[in-house]
Amino acid sequence: MSELPLNDPAQASEAAEDEPRPGRARRPVGWSMIAIGVLVAVSATLVWRRDGVNGVLEILTHDLMLFGGILPRVLAGCLLGAFIAEILPHDKVSRALGPNSGLKGLLIGAAFGAILPGGPFTAYPVASALLAVGADFGATIAMVVSWTLIGYGRAVAWELPIMGVDFTLWRIVISLPLPILAGTLGRFVYVRMYPARDEGKREGESE
Amino acid sequence: MSAALLIDIILWASVAGVGFIAWQRGPKVLTSSLREGTVDFVRIVPRIALGVIGSGYIAAVIPQEVITGWLGPNSGWLGVATAVVAGAATPGGPVVGFSIGAVALKAGGGPPQVLAYVIAWALFAFQRLLLWEIPFMPTRFVWFRAAVSIPFPFLAAAIAMAIGKP
Repeated sequence: MSELPLNDPAQASEAAEDEPRPGRARRPVGWSMIAIGVLVAVSATLVWRRDGVNGVLEILTHDLMLFGGILPRVLAGCLLGAFIAEILPHDKVSRALGPNSGLKGLLIGAAFGAILPGGPFTAYPVASALLAVGADFGATIAMVVSWTLIGYGRAVAWELPIMGVDFTLWRIVISLPLPILAGTLGRFVYVRMYPARDEGKREGESE
Repeated sequence: MSAALLIDIILWASVAGVGFIAWQRGPKVLTSSLREGTVDFVRIVPRIALGVIGSGYIAAVIPQEVITGWLGPNSGWLGVATAVVAGAATPGGPVVGFSIGAVALKAGGGPPQVLAYVIAWALFAFQRLLLWEIPFMPTRFVWFRAAVSIPFPFLAAAIAMAIGKP
């Protein structure tokens, strides 16, 4: 029985038995949010004592504008993640990016991360979707690291103007092998940290 | 056309592309993933708000000179190690991290150290792990990935020292 709100008319017409997508459960506000909240409050107080109300407001206005600019991209990232989780066939993903996908899986993950558009608001929802549909930690690590270090989004928008062409290009060249190495290390450590889980998957003990 | 605009266009074109594929699978696939994505968005917005609006204050109280001082010139492997710690500790968005890197480079910091700083900051800046990665991804994966990433700023610095670039 569906508990999801069906206020969309197109949705209501279908006798929908929506099965929730697996593996993307979200925790309520956790300790990390509380820690950051406290840190922000303390920092804002320090700014207020140093620069007065104007200092606080100046930062607030700047960051609110930044926030407004980012919001549409966050939405795009969430939609991209949701669509990808919906349309990617689980069996193919686990074959291409799963624990037994070998070097090829890491290469696919790294290539995907390098071409993925957008910022953290795109990369993390998409990576989370990949994990949910059967990619292993190694391939997902290769994807995230590749997005961080080789992806053009941040390099073009921020690094080139600030750091200069020479530094940026050499930084990227030196970074090229890192996603594959990080993915390999991730897999190596993962099967040693969680051997039972991996074995259970391989032998299909779910029956 | 600005780079940011170009990236936005590519981003939304990708959304439209996968949305079209979803629509071809049937209108129900499209609507259910649209709803799923919107719910994710609504849940994530308060966290992003706290992060983006709060990080300005955190960056404002950490003097940049402290971090650039750590990246000092000719500091060798100790400098690389402190650069990695500084990268992990640097708060704020891309402007902050790259600006500190650029200042350090101009102030005579060694390129391998600055490289290690930028890569460490890109891979596991602590604030970004808390604000961006943990809200979107399983916590276990985030910490695992960060731990596995620790050797790589050092490796990058070693490569930079070996080839004498940048």
